[in-house]
Amino acid sequence: MAQGLAINGLCTSFGGLQVARDVTVTLPPGSRTALIGPNGAGKTTFANLITGVLQPSSGTILLDGQDIAGLSEAARVRVGIAKTFQITNLFKDLTVRENLRLPMLERTGLTSRIFCRADKNQEIEAEILQLLTDFKLAPLADRRVRSLAYGQQRLVELALTLALKPKILILDEPAAGVPSTESHLVVEAIKRLPADLSVLIIEHDMQLVFDVADRIIVLVNGAVLMEGRPDEVTADPRVQELYLGGVHA
Amino acid sequence: MSELATRPSVRTAALSLGSIWPVAVVALGAGAAFFLFPYDLAFLTRIVIMMVFVLSFDLILGYAGIATLGHAAMYGCGAYAAGLVALHISPDPLLGLVFGALGGALIAWLSGLVLMRAHGMTLLMISIAVTMVLQEAASKARWLTGGADGLPGVSVSPIFGWFEFDFVGQVAFIYSVCVLVAVLVFCQLVVGSPFGLALKGIKGSPSRMRAIGTPVYRRKVTIYVLAGAIAGIAGALAAQVTGLVGIEVFNFSLSADVMVMLILGGAGRLYGAIIGTLIFMVVHHVAAAIDPFNWLFVIGAMLLVVVFALPQGLISLPDRLIRTFRRT
Amino acid sequence: MSVLLSILVDGVAYGMILFMISVGLSITMGLMRVINLAHGGFALIGGAIAHVLTMFFGLSFIPASVLAVMLVVAAAAPMERLLYRHIYGFDELGQVLATVGIVFLMIATVNLFLGSTILPIRSPQLFAAPVDLGFRTLPFHRLVVIAAGILVLAGLWLLIEKTRFGIYLRAAVDNKNAAASLGINTARIYLVAFCLGAGLAALGGILGAELLPVEAYYPLRYMVLFLIVVAVGGLGSVLGSFCAALGLGILDTFGRYMLPDVGTIFFFLAIIMVLALRPNGLMGRAQ
Repeated sequence: MAQGLAINGLCTSFGGLQVARDVTVTLPPGSRTALIGPNGAGKTTFANLITGVLQPSSGTILLDGQDIAGLSEAARVRVGIAKTFQITNLFKDLTVRENLRLPMLERTGLTSRIFCRADKNQEIEAEILQLLTDFKLAPLADRRVRSLAYGQQRLVELALTLALKPKILILDEPAAGVPSTESHLVVEAIKRLPADLSVLIIEHDMQLVFDVADRIIVLVNGAVLMEGRPDEVTADPRVQELYLGGVHA
Repeated sequence: MSELATRPSVRTAALSLGSIWPVAVVALGAGAAFFLFPYDLAFLTRIVIMMVFVLSFDLILGYAGIATLGHAAMYGCGAYAAGLVALHISPDPLLGLVFGALGGALIAWLSGLVLMRAHGMTLLMISIAVTMVLQEAASKARWLTGGADGLPGVSVSPIFGWFEFDFVGQVAFIYSVCVLVAVLVFCQLVVGSPFGLALKGIKGSPSRMRAIGTPVYRRKVTIYVLAGAIAGIAGALAAQVTGLVGIEVFNFSLSADVMVMLILGGAGRLYGAIIGTLIFMVVHHVAAAIDPFNWLFVIGAMLLVVVFALPQGLISLPDRLIRTFRRT
Repeated sequence: MSVLLSILVDGVAYGMILFMISVGLSITMGLMRVINLAHGGFALIGGAIAHVLTMFFGLSFIPASVLAVMLVVAAAAPMERLLYRHIYGFDELGQVLATVGIVFLMIATVNLFLGSTILPIRSPQLFAAPVDLGFRTLPFHRLVVIAAGILVLAGLWLLIEKTRFGIYLRAAVDNKNAAASLGINTARIYLVAFCLGAGLAALGGILGAELLPVEAYYPLRYMVLFLIVVAVGGLGSVLGSFCAALGLGILDTFGRYMLPDVGTIFFFLAIIMVLALRPNGLMGRAQ
């Protein structure tokens, strides 16, 4: 049985506009794949197809050999697909700790419970502490997210998504909007992600892509232009044309 | 920075103590009111019933962020359910409360299936329309509800067969306070539970909640039904204590008042609901007693002062004062 | 058949009143994203001023109405500058609360000076004169109301489609920030739109006094009705408000004539259906 995520012949369109054309991609466990391409290439659409925000018109999405194309967004989270948002999407009036507690409670199926305390589950509290330490967020644990710097909020976003214990993690522009003085925090955090997790990074910042990715997929007009190791991709004349030839990245 | 660093520990301490305080304060306050205003017990009982009602609204508006203007629907159904049970089945008051809760929960479930898919303005309007439908139905179904005249003389038997409702209203007051305390404890359970945290998450960001795998719609229907049951209990209490159920229980102004009281006190905190209700009812009562024709000036001005000066509700007043003092 | 026709005429007249009062609310809600529960208050104040002018000062109907509408507009402008300007920035609930506060103050003011009884407006004899339409006779007043409604619709259409103000207004409804970055003075657009809405509400309140009697609690009594017209029509859509107002006017009249027992239930169930199926209203855009 094939492990990881296997996407085969994925197509979809908005109205008459085809935004994904026969996309075939595999994300084996432990891979660090970057998805790059010019604005409007369909990168976010592709992410939305994987997470189930959008439904494909044709094609299959297999996770560890199981077809998940028919599952809802919430059901796909439960089988192990999680994403961070391009613009930080957190519970701003809750503390950092509570922001991490929620996905864990959800993952363990506890959020329908009424007759127990949310903050008294020892396993979950221990896991939160571990995650806070991993991301060096422990000193901020009881601050409201609203009061954190944007770079710190990005870290919370990453930690929150990781709290779902996904198999596939999609990072939609993890460093977007983060001031350059703080972006190394994000890069370090991505480098420290669990080794068996397969990560798909959608990113404009090529420096970040080369820092963390071992494989790059170039998407243009909803179709895969090429796929390969970072050095292969930079050496490809078509990609050079795309990025250096005046087309806005 | 130092101020920010010290605040969290104060907050956590407040949280752990928080579970006992409101109940203790409510019980003590009710006890004091009982002895200080022995001739105003009927009015005090009304306040206590409204507190139950506003608490139920706090669960959906304050915690889950669902803004409706039709909360009277559940209150009214609870009142009619309790009244009908007392007239036709059994005069036992506790049984009346159970049926009140069921009535409120049932209508919340039926309407919630539609309402919880709507947002913003549409949600406000549909919730108003649901209440209007119920009011018209109650006014037309004379055989069951007595139409515009209401249910004739609802009376209940002594509580536990022992404590008879008296003329002064002492038993009614104590009975209502007991229900309030029970509801408050239940609400605290809900708010502190994983389900309660999920509600706060839904209020904060529904799209993020979906992205962590929460069935947002189902959670919203659940809390709407729970809040509906509590609102039904409030309606049942009102029916039992006053002995009257009329179509006014579905009045739009009741739904609007509830929202005003909650935001006045501070939505999203249980004691905000309690304090807002107390202050609104007392100001209303006193202003209407002093000048029965012009008390609306006082209420209107109070609302404007609150939204312009204290957008987080009266509950934020101490915090604000402390911050102002620290700055100087 | 003739019964249906007369329901239609009555329903249309009723709908025109709803349209005149609600359209300003729709524009301000679409434009400023403010839930203005005090909008009916402008209809009340217009009606109350017209009452005072015709009953105490002996003015005849038309000059009294014109003066009343102008006074309401003159009162709306400082309110927009001093109060509403800040309310736009509040969240939904803050807006509800603030505008409920304003409407309470309006009611209390009218109540203080004129009491809480119905405030009749003396209208010309001609309004009561019967007009024979063939299938029924109806007071001339209904025709005036219908004509006024059509004139308001036409005037708004011209204003919005054919003038510079209209272009700015549409741009601001569409995207406030983009409009502001193009150098459009959105603050002034807001002010003008607000005053226009208040003036139309006053006109509707005066002309509709026979169908919706003016009294101190008027804005609360009919608030739900006006809001429903806006919600069903779609925020910010003039044509949507017009269709919704006529549709609801006819539906309500039909329900009360033909199904006196369940008419209102039927009316509100229909509204629930429409809003459940089209959450952004008949002509509203997805937000």
